[in-house]
Amino acid sequence: MHSTFTYPRFEYRRAPEMGAPPGAVPRHGLVIVGAGPVGMAAALDARQHGLPAVILDDDDTVSVGSRGLCYAKRTLEILDRLGVGDAVVDKGVIWNVGRTFFGEQEVFNFNLLPEPDHHRPGMVNLQQYYLEHYQVQACERAGVDIRWRHKVVGVQPQDQGVSLTVETPEGHYTLETDWLVVCDGARSPIRRLMGLDMEGQVFKDRFLIADVVMKAPFPAERWFWFDPPFHRNQSVLLHREADDVWRIDFQLGWDADPEEEKKPEKVSPRIQAMLGPDVRFELEWVSVYTFQCRRMNRFDHGRVIFAGDAAHQVSPFGARGANSGIQDADNLMWKLAYVIKGWAPPTLLHSYGIERGEAADENILNSTRSTDFITPKSKTSRAFRDAALQLAQHHAFARKLVNSGRLSVPTHHAASPLNTPPTEPFEGWMGPGAPLDDAPVVHAGQAGWLLQHLGGCFQLLLFLEDLGMTGLADRIAAVQSPEPGRSPARDGEQIPVQVVVLTATPQDRGALAPFEQATGAIVLHDVKGVAARRCGARVGTALLLRPDQHVCARWPQMDATRVRAAVARATGHG
Amino acid sequence: MPLTLNPNFHEAGQRTLRDYAAGDHFYEDLINAHRGLSDEESLALNARLILLLSNHIGDLAVLREALALARPAEPSTRKPVDGPVPA
Repeated sequence: MHSTFTYPRFEYRRAPEMGAPPGAVPRHGLVIVGAGPVGMAAALDARQHGLPAVILDDDDTVSVGSRGLCYAKRTLEILDRLGVGDAVVDKGVIWNVGRTFFGEQEVFNFNLLPEPDHHRPGMVNLQQYYLEHYQVQACERAGVDIRWRHKVVGVQPQDQGVSLTVETPEGHYTLETDWLVVCDGARSPIRRLMGLDMEGQVFKDRFLIADVVMKAPFPAERWFWFDPPFHRNQSVLLHREADDVWRIDFQLGWDADPEEEKKPEKVSPRIQAMLGPDVRFELEWVSVYTFQCRRMNRFDHGRVIFAGDAAHQVSPFGARGANSGIQDADNLMWKLAYVIKGWAPPTLLHSYGIERGEAADENILNSTRSTDFITPKSKTSRAFRDAALQLAQHHAFARKLVNSGRLSVPTHHAASPLNTPPTEPFEGWMGPGAPLDDAPVVHAGQAGWLLQHLGGCFQLLLFLEDLGMTGLADRIAAVQSPEPGRSPARDGEQIPVQVVVLTATPQDRGALAPFEQATGAIVLHDVKGVAARRCGARVGTALLLRPDQHVCARWPQMDATRVRAAVARATGHG
Repeated sequence: MPLTLNPNFHEAGQRTLRDYAAGDHFYEDLINAHRGLSDEESLALNARLILLLSNHIGDLAVLREALALARPAEPSTRKPVDGPVPA
């Protein structure tokens, strides 16, 4: 099927629970269903928190077909934290320029060109099977127990956990777990088994997607056509992927017959018409899909928590599917880890539902708007759409209205109950709820990036001129060190916080290492002042970050009591 | 003041992180305003809307500019309407 990628076959292994007497195998703390991008992101994060993780997957290979293709900057930052960022960016195709055509004319173009001074680009294209391939390797290195060809066929929620009936090539077994994270995709068998609904809109349209191998003169740009001569009255989208594979999406309309349209003798002429008679290509993979914009009412159901497409679906315009799913896992897993460790009450997980529900709403809103622009539902709507396209050739305001997809950006959880409201106004966007912006920094003489030093625990960014502040070590200790005899579980005020000092001026390396050793803090040189600028920071400004790198509080000056209270609030202690 | 052709949709007094958001919001409101209407009713709504907004703009020079830009680029096959309307 694919000439450019060899599908691995993962080995089925018998479960230790199979045939064992009840109680012989200890109950699991955490089981994840679905070894896709979201399930594996969740598992890798669990391992970073020191938790064992089991994934059940009903298949034995990676994603068939390119499917999720565009990985946005925020997602790349999360993948960096999980240890697969470099693999994805090295193999993937970075693109910045998008061109939009109406008929035969280019209507406008945009440049996603990364603002300078971020580590990762705005978008990387990579076939989903490669992402999963790298994630499987990382899971194996991290000791995740992925059970291939283990299919969940029964779910019994209990008071303090879930009991699963699992079907394998050798028969059934029962698995018990305290917590279940469900990442089993759009059709989510588990959601169906639990009789849970999704609400939203089905779009009456069909798209043909094809992975095409060709050595093309096209640059690595995203091209979108409205009503092109080679596919009248419909839309077409072109993306470059890894291995000289190109992804082409053809809008077919609702009346198209998917089985007919998938046939190579129907697909190839479409592609040839698009590329011109002289371009040679090979079809790697073809699929026809419909899509919907819908979501579950709640994502957290006691001990069962839904993430990714299982919880919410969007139309693909804007690449908000896999990106939001991976961001779901980023949001959920530190919270679940803290609950499992006894550092936070289970009610903390409601904030996952609130925050990621808000994200799902934002993604559904934007992808719905794009879908309406791409496939107008009435004559009047079509008239406005075409008017915007015509005007866009000449006028900037109309270019901004052309909507072939608002590309995925992370949600700012500004109204989250976990935030501590700021006491003073600040410049920029780094307020409570915002994912922290990256910046170039130097650590111990090594140039690098701010986000590389952040994540996995609560951290307090402290902006200073240098390390000369009186009593700095003591003030750091007051924030970082739990009082002897008090455990994190009691009230959230003793949860570890690491201080990360950002100095405006470079510090003597000889003095740095002992300071870091003595205090347990990290000292970074904000080498271009970009971190301070992006954070709207003055000397003394402190930002409290959650383990998912989102800001949850900020102050003009560091105050240990306030920090502790903010940590307690950010972990659901009230 | 000439016709504004740079992006200008905004919510008064608010700063937005995403520069497309206000325009998208208006566009959605505009399409929704036509929900459930027949083509004839939609045409009539658009006509009323043009009159309402044109009066708000007020300045005839600006309105003439908009009319000129809105005319199709290709030459029309219709004879231009000019001079007094016959009785």
